[in-house]
Amino acid sequence: MPAPIRLRELIRTIRTARTQAEEREMIQKECAAIRSSFREEDNTYRCRNVAKLLYMHMLGYPAHFGQLECLKLIASQKFTDKRIGYLGAMLLLDERQDVHLLMTNCIKNDLNHSTQYVQGLALCTLGCMGSSEMCRDLAGEVEKLLKTSNSYLRKKAALCAVHVIRKVPELMEMFLPATKNLLSEKNHGVLHTSVVLLTEMCERSPDMLAHFRKLVPQLVRILKNLIMSGYSPEHDVSGISDPFLQVRILRLLRILGRSDDDSSEAMNDILAQVATNTETSKNVGNAILYETVLTIMDIKSESGLRVLAINILGRFLLNNDKNIRYVALTSLLKTVQTDHNAVQRHRSTIVDCLKDLDVSIKRRAMELSFALVNGNNIRGMMKELLYFLDSCDPEFKADCASGVFLAAEKYAPSKRWHIDTIMRVLTTAGSYVRDDSVPNLIQLITNSVEMHAYTVQRLYKALLDDISQQPLVQVASWCIGEYGDLLVSGQCEEEEPIQDEVLDVLEGLLVSNLSTPVTRGYSLTAIMKLSTRFTSVNRIKKVVSIYGSTSLILYCCNDPISSWISFNFHLTECPLSVCQTFQLQLLSPSSNVVPALNQGTVTQVIRVLNPQKQQLRMRIKLTYTLKGSPVQDLAEVNNFPPQSWQ
Amino acid sequence: MQFMLLFSRQGKLRLQKWYVPLSDKERKKISRDLVQTILARKPKMCSFLEWRDLKIVYKRYASLYFCCAVEDQDNELITLEIIHRYVELLDKYFGSVCELDIIFNFEKAYFILDEFLLGGEAQETSKKNVLKAIEQADLLQEVRIFLYHQVAEPIREIDCQLDSSWSRAATK
Repeated sequence: MPAPIRLRELIRTIRTARTQAEEREMIQKECAAIRSSFREEDNTYRCRNVAKLLYMHMLGYPAHFGQLECLKLIASQKFTDKRIGYLGAMLLLDERQDVHLLMTNCIKNDLNHSTQYVQGLALCTLGCMGSSEMCRDLAGEVEKLLKTSNSYLRKKAALCAVHVIRKVPELMEMFLPATKNLLSEKNHGVLHTSVVLLTEMCERSPDMLAHFRKLVPQLVRILKNLIMSGYSPEHDVSGISDPFLQVRILRLLRILGRSDDDSSEAMNDILAQVATNTETSKNVGNAILYETVLTIMDIKSESGLRVLAINILGRFLLNNDKNIRYVALTSLLKTVQTDHNAVQRHRSTIVDCLKDLDVSIKRRAMELSFALVNGNNIRGMMKELLYFLDSCDPEFKADCASGVFLAAEKYAPSKRWHIDTIMRVLTTAGSYVRDDSVPNLIQLITNSVEMHAYTVQRLYKALLDDISQQPLVQVASWCIGEYGDLLVSGQCEEEEPIQDEVLDVLEGLLVSNLSTPVTRGYSLTAIMKLSTRFTSVNRIKKVVSIYGSTSLILYCCNDPISSWISFNFHLTECPLSVCQTFQLQLLSPSSNVVPALNQGTVTQVIRVLNPQKQQLRMRIKLTYTLKGSPVQDLAEVNNFPPQSWQ
Repeated sequence: MQFMLLFSRQGKLRLQKWYVPLSDKERKKISRDLVQTILARKPKMCSFLEWRDLKIVYKRYASLYFCCAVEDQDNELITLEIIHRYVELLDKYFGSVCELDIIFNFEKAYFILDEFLLGGEAQETSKKNVLKAIEQADLLQEVRIFLYHQVAEPIREIDCQLDSSWSRAATK
């Protein structure tokens, strides 16, 4: 039996495959050879075969038949075997399958092995993929190794303990004694992993947090030494000593100082020192500053320190490195509520970020800008945000439009400015405006009584330019229906249109391909309403008769005595009609055809929202053609049971 | 850290290290989708993105993308340093590392990663100590596997401010 081919040989061969099919064939052939080798319980080449299997697994091919072989490798005495075996276990096994439990005994033995590199393999595997059952069984061994003087093992045991605690939180207590002098270590690896372990324990348990608060002075001292100490070649990164450890200590300090005045005070000085002395020319220095800022903002720091932190973020915003700008915006977004005034000082820089090329930065700048809008800066900010709305990618437009509407509603300096702003949004991003904006805007316009004439004139003008943006068209139609009399009566600044021109425009909406059924509903409703305001009633009747072969016509007038409800539909979609006392929703009718000879009915549900509990009355007008001649039938429904509207 | 992926510009996986329990099927789906998302990004974009409910940090070195998924509380900027440290370790071990080194010696890449990170966190912050440990472990191997080394494009940082001290550290 020839020896199985070597790993590198296999890799080279597979890479010569020119097609997916060719590759698959090679893989299948090799898998077959490996399978028979496994069946023969070949100890010599098991390691080589599993390694090849792992390569094929990375290419995406199934390798589950190698799982047990990994376990055999782990149990072998040879280090080469164990190395590949543990790697295979981490890649092929997962804790959801029972087979992984077979590893437990091997790991236990290896944790007590005489060679530290074997112990290391076991710790690494356990810390990477140990299931809760395994962790329960082996926690004692890990705890033992946490107390060893061998720093190579101690650091690994610490991170393994972190994993055990994540899997089985109840076991946290048992690691407490071993943490006693972890921070007295000189070895940076042990220090780093110890800080990670302490962080995990403090985050999980308020008792632990209280217990470890006493470590603050020691942590401050370690951090100080790192900053003040001279060049240390072993831990230096671009002139900074062990940035990884610095960042983890800062994070632990954050957790310890949070909601505790004494601890926060104890760390005040060192935080100020790090914030002012850290070199900012490279990413590594900025990483430390970033963590420092997060800590300052989260603990009970004095105001001077907080201002220092926000200013660091302000400087970050001006950094050429987009990653730095990104984290600055993210952090500012978190603090804008609590430190609003300090963040306001950087408003112009934030607004500049709206023009950034990176999508994530733009989004954050937009969110932050909206958070910074207030009564004082509304005009200036809105200018920038509207400009952004004009030019931004479609994915932003809906959120931006909503944000503008909200801000305008809160801080509009005048009604006219408010209407103008709404107009601007509808005309520039009208198709992206959310569905619920339309009724909200209508409500807003209704309430701005003195602006009715101005509003309807502007909306009418906008319609003349563009009828493609549905929300704009819907709002405009509704306004014309309500205030059409103001539009034609000369109350506006510009030359007023005549009634027929207005009807032309509305009719144009009915026939346009661009109009959705909802929009058509709005425009037909508007035409109907104008029957009470305009004099060209005949024309209106004609339009309605054309667009409804069988139409229910209920018309609305703002008559407080008899609040008639009116709307119309085309046996298709339903418009959402908004009027002063009622809101109506028409659902689709059960059919478009009323069967002949009383063989069936068509049902349509009309939902009425009647918050002012006005009496409900319905007038029905049926128009149809019978043998070529038009017929009209009128009916009234006056006997809605009082319970339905009271 | 939840996982780390290394993949080529064509989307081929060169290394996948998972620190959270997921089935093979789930891992494949995540890898495929995330790789596509990152490959679609333009060079001038940020190294960070929010994807599904994860924070992703990635950086391209020559023909390889190094991509990590980190937790909400994790510092993105220091994650970039973690990635860079791993690249430096590979570079020192292989001597001017290139993608082919990682393809042909993938198990070594894993061994090095497992001496640097454990359970998703850094276990050793000294470059020297990580390399020393790997060296010693290699000596223990009963069957010496020599490095299959190809001369090809070395891994260098691109699309970022290449600083002379960084490139010096990477070439040593």
